[in-house]
Amino acid sequence: MRLGRTIACVVLALMFGISVAATWLAPAGYARQYREAIDEPPSHAHWLGTDDLGRDRFARVLYGTRISLLLAPAAALLSTFMAALVGGLAGYLGGAWARFAMAVTDLFMSLPWLFLLITVRALMPLNVSPFVSVLVTFLLLGLLGWTTAARVLCASASSLRSADFVRQARAAGVRGSRLFWVHVAPNLKPVLFAQFWISIPVFILSEANLGILGLGVSEPMPSWGSLLKELEGLVSFGAEPWKFLPLALLVVVVTSFQLLLSRQEELPA
Amino acid sequence: MQRLRWKIVGHGLALLATLVLGGLLSATLVRLAPGFDSDERELDPHLNAQSVQALREARRRDDNIFYFYLSYMKRAKSGDLGTSIAMGQPVRTLLQQRIPLTLRLLGAGLGLAWILALTLSLTTAWLRLSIYDAVTTFASAALLCLPAAVLALLSVLWNIPGAIAIALIVFPHTYRYARNLLGKAYSRPHIVAARARGVGEGRILFWHVVPVIAPQLLALAGVSVSMAIGASIPVEALCGLPGIGQLAWQAALGRDLPLLVNITILVTLVTLLANSSADVIGHMLRRQDV
Repeated sequence: MRLGRTIACVVLALMFGISVAATWLAPAGYARQYREAIDEPPSHAHWLGTDDLGRDRFARVLYGTRISLLLAPAAALLSTFMAALVGGLAGYLGGAWARFAMAVTDLFMSLPWLFLLITVRALMPLNVSPFVSVLVTFLLLGLLGWTTAARVLCASASSLRSADFVRQARAAGVRGSRLFWVHVAPNLKPVLFAQFWISIPVFILSEANLGILGLGVSEPMPSWGSLLKELEGLVSFGAEPWKFLPLALLVVVVTSFQLLLSRQEELPA
Repeated sequence: MQRLRWKIVGHGLALLATLVLGGLLSATLVRLAPGFDSDERELDPHLNAQSVQALREARRRDDNIFYFYLSYMKRAKSGDLGTSIAMGQPVRTLLQQRIPLTLRLLGAGLGLAWILALTLSLTTAWLRLSIYDAVTTFASAALLCLPAAVLALLSVLWNIPGAIAIALIVFPHTYRYARNLLGKAYSRPHIVAARARGVGEGRILFWHVVPVIAPQLLALAGVSVSMAIGASIPVEALCGLPGIGQLAWQAALGRDLPLLVNITILVTLVTLLANSSADVIGHMLRRQDV
C-alpha cells in the first residue's frame, strides 16, 4: 500500500508540474485555431490532433488539467472552511445552534449533489465570460460541498466539547474563543485535513459532470469537463482513441487521490 | 410503540418543514437570480406600450418573496404548478408525462445495483478469497473514479440501456458499504463459532447476519435513492431519455426557474420520503431484534 501511495504522490506531483508548465509546453495557447487543420488526427505538429474548431488538443488538455487540478483544491479549501465554520462551531456550541445548523445541513443534503449543483448553477447567468464561468463553477462547488464535512466536524467537535482536557481547561477558567481556538480547533485539524483531501476528487468529478452537461466552464476555456464533452460525438470506442486522454488523466488523478485518502483514513482523528 | 409513533410524527414534521423551507429557499433563489426582473416578451414589437406595462405590473407583484411564495403555494394547492418558460406548457403536465419513465429507470437501476452489490459482497464474505476481494474492490473503485456523465456517454456508445448506467453509478457506493458491513458481521465471534460447528451458510445469513445489518442496509437503501436520482440527470440527458432528469437539465440550460423550483421540491420530497421510510423501518427492525 505504501508503494501505491508513493506512486500516487509521484503521479500527482508530475501532473501538477505538467499543468503548471503548460505555458511553456504549449506556447500557442488553448484558443488558437489552425483553420487549415480542423478535426485532424495526431501528427508531429499536433500531438493529440485538433478539435472541430481546429484548436490543438494537446494544448487544451494541458491547460484543462491546470484549471481542474488547481481550482478543485481551492474549492475544497473553501468548502472545508465553510464546514469548519458551520459544523465545528455547531458541535462546539451545541444546543439550539447545533440543531439549527444541522437542520440547514440536512436541507442541503436532502437534494442529490448533482441536482443541487445544476439547480444553483442555473440560477447564475450562463452567458458569462469564460474566466467568470470558471470562478462561478468552482465557487459553487466550494460553497455547496460543505454539508457532509460539516456533519463529520459537528460530531467531532461535539465529542471534544465533553473531553476531559476541555473540561479541565474550562475549570481552569478558559472560556469562549480562546477555549475554541487553543483547545478544540487544533484537535479538529486531522478531521479537517481528511475532509479537504476527500473533497478534491469529488469536486474534480463534479466539475467533469457539469462540463459534460454544458453547465461548467465556458468555451474557449478548457477543463476536463469541457474536454470530455468531445466524447459525445464519438461513433465507436476505437475510432479516435486519443480523445480519451482527458478521461484517462482524470481517472489517474482521482485514483491517486483515492490512494492518498487511504493514508488519511489511517491517521488518528 | 409510543416511541415509533413519535418517530413517524417527527419525520412527518421534518418532511413538512423541509418542504416549506426548501420551497421558500428555492423561491428566494429564483427571485434573486440575475435576469429575474427582465422579460424578453417586452422586446416583442407586436406588443403596445399598455401590454408591456401590464407585463411589468404582473412581475412587480412578485417583488416580495413571501408574496411570491404564498401565491405559488396557493396555486399549488389547486394543482396549478405554473407554466414552464422554456417549453410553454403547464409544469404539472410536463411532470406527469415524465415521472413514469424516471420511476421505471430508477427502479430498474436501483434493483440491478443492489442485486450486484449484495451478490458480490455476500460471495466475498463466503469465499474469503483475497484475490476475489481484490478484484471486486478494484472494479468498484474503478467505477468510482469515473464521472457519472462519462458512464452515461459510454452507455450511449456501447448501446447499453440507461438503467444499467444508473446501476453502474450506484453500485460502487452500495457495494463498498455492504461489503464492509458483511465483513464485520461475519467476523463476529458467534458467527465464527457457528461456522466452525458446520452450521449452514443460509442459516447463518438469515438468522445471525441479516437481523444485525438490516437497519444499516435500509439506511443505505434510502441514500441510494438519492444517488440514483442524481445519476438520472446525466443518464437521461445524454441518453436522450425523456424523464425528470432530462427535464431538470433542460430547465437548467434554459434557466426555466418555475420548472426548476417544482422539480427541486419534487426531488426533495422523494429523497426525504425514502430516507424517512428507511429510518422508520430500520427502527422497527431494531425493536424486534431487542
